[in-house]
Amino acid sequence: MGSVGAKEVPVLLSPEGLRIDGRRVNELRPIRITAGPLKHADGSAFVEWGQNKVMAAVYGPREVHPRHLQQNTKAVIQCKYNMAAFSVDERKRPGLDRRSQEISKVIAEAFDSVVFAEEFPRTSIDVYIEVLQANAGTRCAGLVAASVALADAGIPMADLLPAVAVGKAGGAIILDLKKEEDNFGEADLPMALVPQSGRLVLLQMEGHMTREELSTALDLGVQGCRQVYEVMKQALRDRYAVAAEPGAVA
Amino acid sequence: MGNGHRSGPRRRGHGGSAPHRSGERILVLPGEELPSQGLKPGSGTYRVGGKVYASILGLLSPRPPFVQVVPLSGRYIPKPSDVVIGTVTDVQGTFWLLDIAAPRWAPLHMTGTPWKIEVGETEQYLRVGDSVLVRVENLDPTGRIGVTMLGEGLGKLEGGAIVQITPAKVPRVVGRGGSMIQTITRRTGAQVAVGQNGRVWVSGDPEAILRVREALKMIADEGQRSGLTERVDSYLKATSPSGDAGIEEPARESARRDAPDPPFARPPTDDEPTDLDDADERPNDASE
Repeated sequence: MGSVGAKEVPVLLSPEGLRIDGRRVNELRPIRITAGPLKHADGSAFVEWGQNKVMAAVYGPREVHPRHLQQNTKAVIQCKYNMAAFSVDERKRPGLDRRSQEISKVIAEAFDSVVFAEEFPRTSIDVYIEVLQANAGTRCAGLVAASVALADAGIPMADLLPAVAVGKAGGAIILDLKKEEDNFGEADLPMALVPQSGRLVLLQMEGHMTREELSTALDLGVQGCRQVYEVMKQALRDRYAVAAEPGAVA
Repeated sequence: MGNGHRSGPRRRGHGGSAPHRSGERILVLPGEELPSQGLKPGSGTYRVGGKVYASILGLLSPRPPFVQVVPLSGRYIPKPSDVVIGTVTDVQGTFWLLDIAAPRWAPLHMTGTPWKIEVGETEQYLRVGDSVLVRVENLDPTGRIGVTMLGEGLGKLEGGAIVQITPAKVPRVVGRGGSMIQTITRRTGAQVAVGQNGRVWVSGDPEAILRVREALKMIADEGQRSGLTERVDSYLKATSPSGDAGIEEPARESARRDAPDPPFARPPTDDEPTDLDDADERPNDASE
């Protein structure tokens, strides 16, 4: 991080096709997910994804606060994405800003399309995402954490929601950008996939790509999401492994 | 999926013990395709294009003609006639609002209490923070939960402490035919009430309350393995201050009978037989 102090663009892709941290173009950073680390929340998850560290907590369904947001036919999904002041090199000014509001909104909307909110009318499902350490791709890491936390909270939904960012850096379409690739690259394209149906429920883009590049990027992203999906499922299996032991008292 | 994912077909009258008691228990996750073979989607599932998928994290439990998923986590989903422990969160002129750890607060109307109350006098009977043992009476499609305090054993819980566990573990705390809860009360001398919403009220001397808490923690942490009642029993025996607390065998005897589970268990006293005073209680299915 400190090594790119100068304004000059680092070499994002070596002649051998390796990226700044030695990954290939279609490789994810290492992901580790812990389901249920928080005791008070109805569901929680901690995601370590490359140098990202994100904690998510889910409360609900519970009474809606503020009341006027209540909906008579379904639960409202309220999401709050927040970056800790110490999550980035330069102190992040704490509190709401336009970026965190936007991310909260797109994540809430992504969950709106998979959670069976009609089962809990006039309630709220509150999702809190706290970024403790950031290194690009925190909205995806946050979404993944929140999704595992929702499953941990026993909330009914169509599927888990894996997410990943694809992008373009050093002229190549790459999977799962890290900070330098995000900052100095040509494009960033976070996405979230419903594996069961193949639908994308979050898709944003910054930068430029040709149509062909976009379609390559989408394919790569879907592949990436499916890899993330496996890690998410394993995290939940590990947490609830005891419950599935044979001979247990039902 | 009806009112909630607990509302599947009743187990009782389904031919004795649970069909999956002996079999392998399969953990499923949301979005996972389920082997449905002509079965209908039950609670905790959904169907798309002829295939059935899990909608919640839980254990796969085929119960013909349904395939369903039994939750392992999540908030308490109220069912009519469940006995639950609520905490008063708001007092109005004619009713109180109770937090029963469900998705919504439950109004307890003053006519649902054994007291003769004038409008506006509600606060003289229950204040914010008080705890009560109530029964879920009705649910409407908008999710409103009606509760009543009329019924044997129901009422205000005076003193004691409340421990919250996950509602999915309640059947284990109660035990088969109430065996676990009887073990706990017998060994500690504490008075215990278990709400289907995962709240456990414990009253007795502070030492006993602590021991019950520990026992509940044991159940919550490893409620899955068999022989748990025995292990809780030996734990409580080992921590007993007087060396050999409680009565050895008689309670065990009654636990073996296929007795319905009491919502309320007291330690044996002189003037009161231990036999369950649960005649009017719906058997809360222990093995769900």
